[in-house]
Amino acid sequence: MTRPISRRLAGAGAFLVAGALTLTACGGSGFEDTADAPSAGAEELTSSDDALSVLIGSSGDAETDAVTEAVAAWSEESGVEAEVQVASDLPQQLSQGFAAGTPADLFYLAPEAIAGYADNGSLQPYGDLLANKDDFYPSLVENFTVDDTFYCAPKDFSTLGLVINTQLWEDAGLTDADIPTTWDELADVAKTLTTDDQVGLSFGAEYQRVGTFMAQAGGGLVVDGEPVANSEGSVEGLTYVQSHLEDGTFAYAADLGAGWGGEALGKELAAMVIEGNWVTGALTNDFPDVEYTVAELPAGPAGPGTLQFTNCWGMAADSPNQEAALSLVEHLTSTEQQLAFSEAFGPMPSIESAAADWTSANPDLTAFLDGAAYAQFPPNWAGATDVITDLNAQLESLKTGDAQAILDTAQSNLEAIAE
Amino acid sequence: MSLLATPRDAGYPAGPDQARQGPGRGIRRGEAVAGWLFTLPVLVILGVFLLVPVLMALWVSFSDWSGRGSPLSSGVGFVGFDNYAAVTTGGGLAERDFGIALRNNAWYVLLVVPLQTALALFLAVLVNRAVLRGRGIFRTAFYFPSVTSSVAITVLWLFLFSTSGVVNTVLARLGIAGPNWFNEPSGVLHNLLRVFGVQGGPDALTQHGFLGVTWWDWLAGPSVAMSAFVLMAIFTTSGTFMLLFIAGLQNITPEVEEAAMVDGANGWQRFWRITLPQLRPTLFTVLTLGLIGCWQVFDQIYTGTQGGPGKTTLTPAYLSYQSAFLSQEWGQGAAIAFILFVIIVLLTILQRFVLRESPDVPRKARRAAAQRARRRAAAAAAAAAPDATPDSGRTSPTEDPR
Repeated sequence: MTRPISRRLAGAGAFLVAGALTLTACGGSGFEDTADAPSAGAEELTSSDDALSVLIGSSGDAETDAVTEAVAAWSEESGVEAEVQVASDLPQQLSQGFAAGTPADLFYLAPEAIAGYADNGSLQPYGDLLANKDDFYPSLVENFTVDDTFYCAPKDFSTLGLVINTQLWEDAGLTDADIPTTWDELADVAKTLTTDDQVGLSFGAEYQRVGTFMAQAGGGLVVDGEPVANSEGSVEGLTYVQSHLEDGTFAYAADLGAGWGGEALGKELAAMVIEGNWVTGALTNDFPDVEYTVAELPAGPAGPGTLQFTNCWGMAADSPNQEAALSLVEHLTSTEQQLAFSEAFGPMPSIESAAADWTSANPDLTAFLDGAAYAQFPPNWAGATDVITDLNAQLESLKTGDAQAILDTAQSNLEAIAE
Repeated sequence: MSLLATPRDAGYPAGPDQARQGPGRGIRRGEAVAGWLFTLPVLVILGVFLLVPVLMALWVSFSDWSGRGSPLSSGVGFVGFDNYAAVTTGGGLAERDFGIALRNNAWYVLLVVPLQTALALFLAVLVNRAVLRGRGIFRTAFYFPSVTSSVAITVLWLFLFSTSGVVNTVLARLGIAGPNWFNEPSGVLHNLLRVFGVQGGPDALTQHGFLGVTWWDWLAGPSVAMSAFVLMAIFTTSGTFMLLFIAGLQNITPEVEEAAMVDGANGWQRFWRITLPQLRPTLFTVLTLGLIGCWQVFDQIYTGTQGGPGKTTLTPAYLSYQSAFLSQEWGQGAAIAFILFVIIVLLTILQRFVLRESPDVPRKARRAAAQRARRRAAAAAAAAAPDATPDSGRTSPTEDPR
């Protein structure tokens, strides 16, 4: 580059910057907006005639249709227009909406994302305003409570259970009486069920499955607000898993060539898997010929333990019509509606008043609901997602790894974000 | 990855600059204004959609913006290099993740760039031969992966390299038990060492490290999963670069090669000493584009493995996205993006330095010898003729003044 050209380029650059800045200054009011977050706990809801937008991360057509119908029914009744959008990448679309100041009014919200959005004031905490507030399971309310504020209504939930392939179970000469209730019994049946073509028990290489063993041994990641990742119980849980990964009676789903536990069960690569309620829908769709039984996970040295997974109906702090949104949430979490959702796509109602009806409608799946009494849940602190991702990365090599070292890392990561 | 550029884009002078007479003189007066007018729309579009967002991202990397409302609003504070410090010296998860991502990507670049360049050159030389029948078909076939969407190819790759996929089936026929490609986090170098009985590294390597990753782990090599991505990158991009090399090859006049043939040079010699040196501008383009593309690898990771297994396919570009959109650490995400930018710029400069157009040693020696001979002849003739080299267009400052 010779000098005159570079000088000209510099001039062009300056011109370009000036021009662009001028343009954005007059065109983009978005850049001038201030982000005055209403302080958490503000209980004044906005009200207007604006239509509502509902953003969901759908598991499939069944869920999309069910939610769309439910919202349409509410719309007709209340006279407020509402539209359901299916996100292709929910966390990203939520972040985009909040950053741009135009979020959906209501949206699915995962517990691990709640702290981050609550911190920056994107969420409207409305839990205490719900008419059916006392009907929700207390552990679910705790799941969505940040800094003692109940943020949003749990939309439904699932727990993990032991899903057994009935055919393989009978082929191995086992009966209902053999369903394991302790770790020793689990190890025994897993050994019986392991053949050249299949392993006894399979599950995903992740805390979201392996964590059940940590809970059964009295550990976990966070118990009562304290990080306990490298507690004795957690280590004992992982060591138990490790020993059976080594002897080949347990195996990670990925190591069997399956994407997840349900696939391993359906393809008969494993006789038992640890999975949640969603397995029922997947098996019906993909492997309709596979018969299965659902049992509670066997108890460990510290008693029974499982994990629960849930989402809530998040409400945007920037929503212009929060009163209508609240009414829609109450409709969507009502007994009747939750039972309809459950029938359509499988999850369990988040309210206790629907439990009896759900049990009678799903007598074979009661083990999932029974788990609710003692289920742990992954920490919902800001930054917890990264900690769990990191833990999962290390759990993949648990077979050859050092359980104590893995959990020590998780513990120090948890302590760094502890509240 | 599918950027097409001619050698000229790589900063090589394209010949005498015609427009250097300056504006506003003679018959061409007013053309500059017209020129600006015609380029204005593009300048404005680039400014609004490229320059301003980049500047805003730069600001975000120095701010504590939480992801709500505008980053330029009054509530957002300047935090200096805090975000950069968190990912480079923070000592926590953020630093280790960044270290792992850099490690993964460094191996990816180290393998993909040379291999794709070599393969592209090889293919270009093959399909450039006039004697080859149906070379149009071959060119199309080799170029085809480049025009296919990277998402589609990633999906294809996930199928090919699944546990019971085609690749493993073929390996099984050969008596090799293939790995569970996209679920195997172990590094290939570590695996190789394990074959020789080396299980762990020496304390010097395992006790110390950089960016929260021990030296031993830096030296793990790409994981088996990342190796599959390496193969994919080579497969998809060598076609694009083959096209650039073909263009370069067709710019070479056949006379030089014929002259070499007359001198008795064989095929190898002609390739290494005649063809390759003349392809230097193309080589520079291909290496630069390859380097940039490889450091920015994102879509394969996003659609394929999301960083797994065991974070061994995490790359800085994907980590940047993950930190910002999924973990709500917008400042750190932007900081990672700019660190990546600096890495790319530095490596490009380094590459430019290594490949700079300087007379290579044999030619220099030859030219110096020629000069000496000429000077001796001139002295003998007692003539004071100025010392003009034959290739007056390119006088090199390194030329021997003796």
